[in-house]
Amino acid sequence: MKNRTPVLEGSHITVRFGDGCPYCREHTELEKGRCPVCRTIWAVRDVSFRLYEGEILGIVGESGSGKSTLLKTLYFDQPATSGDCRIARYHDGQKNIFDTSSQQKRYLRNHLMGMVYQNPILGLRMKISAGANVAEKLIAAGNRNAGSMIGRTEELLQHVEISLDRLRDQPRYFSGGMQQRVQISKATANNPPILFLDEVTTGLDLSVQAKVLDLIRSIQKELGIAMMIVSHDLSVIRMMSDRTMVMLGGRVVEEGLTDQIMEDPMHAYTQTLVNSLL
Amino acid sequence: MERNLNYNFAFLDEGSKREIRRSILHAIAIPGYQVPFGSRELPIGRGWGTGGIQITMSVIGPDDTLKVIDQGSDDSVNAVSIRKLIGTTTGVKTTTDSAEADIIQSRHRIPEEPLRADQVLVLQVPQPEPLRSVDPHEEVTRRLHGDGEYTGIWVNLFERYLQTGSALRGADHPVLTDGRYVMNPSPIPRYDNPKLDHAECLYLFGAGREKKIYAVPPYTKVESLTFDDQPFRREDMSGRKCRLCGAENVYFDEFFDAATGERMFQCSDSGFCKKRREKGGNCHEE
Ligand SMILES: Nc1ncnc2c1ncn2[C@@H]1O[C@H](COP(=O)(O)OP(=O)(O)OP(=O)(O)O)[C@@H](O)[C@H]1O
Ligand SMILES: [Mg+2]
Ligand SMILES: [Zn+2]
Repeated sequence: MKNRTPVLEGSHITVRFGDGCPYCREHTELEKGRCPVCRTIWAVRDVSFRLYEGEILGIVGESGSGKSTLLKTLYFDQPATSGDCRIARYHDGQKNIFDTSSQQKRYLRNHLMGMVYQNPILGLRMKISAGANVAEKLIAAGNRNAGSMIGRTEELLQHVEISLDRLRDQPRYFSGGMQQRVQISKATANNPPILFLDEVTTGLDLSVQAKVLDLIRSIQKELGIAMMIVSHDLSVIRMMSDRTMVMLGGRVVEEGLTDQIMEDPMHAYTQTLVNSLL
Repeated sequence: MERNLNYNFAFLDEGSKREIRRSILHAIAIPGYQVPFGSRELPIGRGWGTGGIQITMSVIGPDDTLKVIDQGSDDSVNAVSIRKLIGTTTGVKTTTDSAEADIIQSRHRIPEEPLRADQVLVLQVPQPEPLRSVDPHEEVTRRLHGDGEYTGIWVNLFERYLQTGSALRGADHPVLTDGRYVMNPSPIPRYDNPKLDHAECLYLFGAGREKKIYAVPPYTKVESLTFDDQPFRREDMSGRKCRLCGAENVYFDEFFDAATGERMFQCSDSGFCKKRREKGGNCHEE
């Protein structure tokens, strides 16, 4: 394994939709994370993890298991109900990033994190050019030099193999794979140490899927970004991640080296997942 | 003008005027910040300068002299009807000479003659929110202003630069007021933006439909937003001359002579042009 200092560490993170009730506070193992009494959804429940420098951490789980909610919470799109999260490069990991001002959260998002959303509509403004979409991250980080931003944007788009004659085109006219590549350019524009990827290849043709995954791999090698990759597709996770977390009903039911989990799944749910791959 | 005594002075009741004046004071205290106000019904359709009219009616006194302009002109239908409404409900003196006016209500222009400390310019605003194109929701844009988070406005300027080679808007180019709030200067040409910076006069902005008032108090720093490597430029008016008064280096309206097909220029500020002609072309000459 690589250097053993976590770049990102989450502890006991819970995100619920609804107020909860005595029953669901007591019972942690709810079917699909939903309380049968008060209907509160415990989308993420008491999740702890460590993301190490330069590694890829995979998160796998069925639809509704809380994968997207976890990433959105870490990227501040969604407030955490409770829990604690620290980033090594932010106050030496001495501050809970959930307990910071909205300006501090914006700073963290723009300098230390990137996000590629499951749905490109969340990550891109479809009615402005691909170039301006990528430049948004540079602007958000304080760049006010138009010439240097064009240069950097071109560099980033070339890197994901989007031809420069599409710089001024709106991403709504792009294919799904291209939209994901523009999102990747944008998310990595400020060389963040942490990148979140939510079902980047879901809905893409297999050949396009392979290309996007290759691209992510090469970026990871080149820039050494630590990544959290979410997918409901175990084959993607097996191909990409060093370690894997398995989520079910908002909880992490199993965690370990990807190879180990594939060979010797402990939890019954993981076993069915792995068996279905064969 | 003869005052019609069937109406309260300046049409609005005293309570409404006091409330609007309080919003104006609030706006002056926080330069560039949009203060909500309870926009009143007027015998003029919303979107026809009702924000500006309510400000003017709230601050005007019986001894004041009023000037009303629309796109630089004192004679346009709009300017005439607003002048008539305020004039007949107050009985104040009106003028076309901006130097003589205590209060100037305007749409789309700031007069050529620099305004003095004892003057107020009231600008009519169709869209007060510079972040509206970034997010349609009021609660979101309010939070973005609160955080000073203007990335979205810069992205729009960058997009303009990418598509047209210039980040500068023709009119209503956004400004940073007092280093704090990004503000729409109302659809004045970029030519007028520098007049907002460290001006002697008070600028008040009224948006009737959007129910917002904001202000640039005297001697406030007002900077047009520009990228570091793309300096701000006014529209280039060099080499042009007013066909009526011969003025140069002012903002011109441009048109074509139907008979000759020739391109002609004329002062957009009609009061300024008229004054120059009456005084034999000597006023405000460098
Ligand atoms: N804003 C919200 N309001 C209410 N419930 C929500 C909200 N966002 C997510 N949920 C619920 O939280 C649970 C987890 O959703 P989430 O999107 O995180 O799942 P997921 O694991 O990403 O699923 P998928 O594989 O389908 O993308 C679901 O039951 C979902 O309905
Ligand atoms: Mg999801
Ligand atoms: Zn409950």
